[in-house]
Amino acid sequence: MAEKVLMKGNEALAEAAIMAGCRHYFGYPITPQTEIAAYMAKRMPLIGGTFLQAESEIAAINMVYGAAAAGKRAMTSSSSPGIALKSEGISYLAGSDLPALIINVQRGGPGLGGIQPSQSDYFQATKSAGHGDFRLIVLAPASVQEMVDLTFKGFDLADKYRMPTMLLSDGTMGQMMEPVSLDMGEVKEYDKSSWAACGTKCEREHNVVNSLFIQPDELEKYNFERYERYAQIEANEVMYDEYRMDDAEICIVAYGVAARVSQNAIDKARENGIKVGMIRPITLWPFPKAVLNAAADKVKSFVCVELSMGQMIEDIELAIRCKKPVLLCNRTGGMIPTTADVLSKIEEANNIGGDK
Amino acid sequence: MVVFEKPHALADVPLHYCPGCTHGIIHRLVAEVIDELGIEGRTIGIAPVGCSVFAYNYFNCDMIEAAHGRAPAVATGVKRSDPENNIVFTYQGDGDLAAIGTAETVHAAARGENITVIFVNNAIYGMTGGQMAPTTLPGQVTQTSPYGRDTSKVGFPVKVCEMLSNVDGATYLERVAVNNVKNVKNAKKAIKKAFQNQLDGKGFSLIEVVSTCPTNWGLTPEKALEWLEENMLPYYPLGVYKDKFAEKEDK
Ligand SMILES: Cc1ncc(C[n+]2csc(CCOP(=O)(O)OP(=O)(O)O)c2C)c(N)n1
Ligand code: SF4
Ligand SMILES: [Mg+2]
Repeated sequence: MAEKVLMKGNEALAEAAIMAGCRHYFGYPITPQTEIAAYMAKRMPLIGGTFLQAESEIAAINMVYGAAAAGKRAMTSSSSPGIALKSEGISYLAGSDLPALIINVQRGGPGLGGIQPSQSDYFQATKSAGHGDFRLIVLAPASVQEMVDLTFKGFDLADKYRMPTMLLSDGTMGQMMEPVSLDMGEVKEYDKSSWAACGTKCEREHNVVNSLFIQPDELEKYNFERYERYAQIEANEVMYDEYRMDDAEICIVAYGVAARVSQNAIDKARENGIKVGMIRPITLWPFPKAVLNAAADKVKSFVCVELSMGQMIEDIELAIRCKKPVLLCNRTGGMIPTTADVLSKIEEANNIGGDK
Repeated sequence: MVVFEKPHALADVPLHYCPGCTHGIIHRLVAEVIDELGIEGRTIGIAPVGCSVFAYNYFNCDMIEAAHGRAPAVATGVKRSDPENNIVFTYQGDGDLAAIGTAETVHAAARGENITVIFVNNAIYGMTGGQMAPTTLPGQVTQTSPYGRDTSKVGFPVKVCEMLSNVDGATYLERVAVNNVKNVKNAKKAIKKAFQNQLDGKGFSLIEVVSTCPTNWGLTPEKALEWLEENMLPYYPLGVYKDKFAEKEDK
């Protein structure tokens, strides 16, 4: 067992990125992710890396695009309104098949919204991170350890599939302090020489990093190819966690901070004799559809707990083909559901059907 | 004896530019400079969104296509990825550099980013069919200023070299043209210096090339050159707007 150290989520994430070999960080200040930038500003110059505060989120994501195009592990972090500005660059990353890690420490919206924790960028992250036909791998940590592990994994997946990956976190995860192990094993190296724009050395044909295809059939071909890759990801990279699901009659679905609150509520409900468990998606895309659909044949109802007006709930309903009712337990605008909120929703779900 | 050869850095493919368009000449000058400095193998070019979008096919060095206006930010990422080795240039039009990408331009200059910017000012949005650009002259007729640019309603052209000459981080700013042999020679000298500055680690260099767009100006190539001389050059005077190191050397 590796030694554990007590770290704040955002700082642990930043250190994990460095350990994953990331030496290029570009960002623009926004609450509640500033610790990531501050940590990078301190660390990068000491290890020969780049920390650069850009003039905007648009510039920052395009700097990431440049460093990624040159074959380097690069990242940016921001929060909701800033991610909106990055969406142009995210689409270009996807269209040019470039790996990069984007951190969204979500805050309440829409508009300037608020600065408290939120999960209201679920649609943005999983459905419409930018214009055009593309997907992002979306990872949702629920502990400081997962902030570390998923950052490490996020870089690897980005390189493996040559696409941007997003870590969808929130203010709670970022501020939370927990003991973590930073022992993540070897960094896997990927050969980028066939596509990276890092100088031909006059030894090869030039590499071109590009997302423009004027001929529609050519563009279609690239989109089809990219979606074949996405299909592999859906087949191989789904991650989720199950909690007390063995005999569960009610299935909570929640990620991130909502999953932590839900876990407490499940323990309380079990004390009251209600058989409830949880499936916690760790990858929001690819979404754990199969396990949810299988669960739908066993449980009588689902409860979706999220910090939004109900976004992930649509994916749950799709995944289970509306076979069972899905109740929504939500707070929004920066508010977090309490254990009591979740507990009362579990009781409501338990009364569905009335035959219990 | 070979008297005229394609520079090695220029790919052996037909360019798509309209007859009489000066983009082609400027490409050639950049490629000649890359050859003469022997830097093709370590050069990475950033193509813009505009008529020169396909520049990524025309240069033999590694190339990256940037989003509209973002080339200086992309160049920053590339340069910072290997500052000792990489030679990075952007090639941008006036809409790209001085409208949608103004922030990226000014801040790359302010940071003293060690890159070379080739800025093609043809006073119009060429690629999208001739709309008013930030550099469109007062009174100039375009698709979106059909009665001529009315400065009382849409303001005045942006003079990029003049504006950037007030940015402390900028190293070298020169405005050139390619309308005659003498100016072409001078343009090449300026472009070469802008690349040499980067090799010497001197920081941000931008060469503005006052250019023609015969197609969207609605003029023949010859008439377009005349129009450039009579209208563009008085508004956009050629010359060196900033040369940080020359000033120092003089003292
Ligand atoms: C975000 C975005 N907005 C608008 C466009 C459409 N567009 C393509 S080229 C162009 C203008 C290019 O003009 P300029 O930079 O002057 O280059 P030129 O074609 O004159 O060489 C515009 C507005 C785009 N591609 N992307
Ligand atoms: S539209 Fe204008 S700028 Fe574009 S290629 Fe034709 S002449 Fe050149
Ligand atoms: Mg133009």
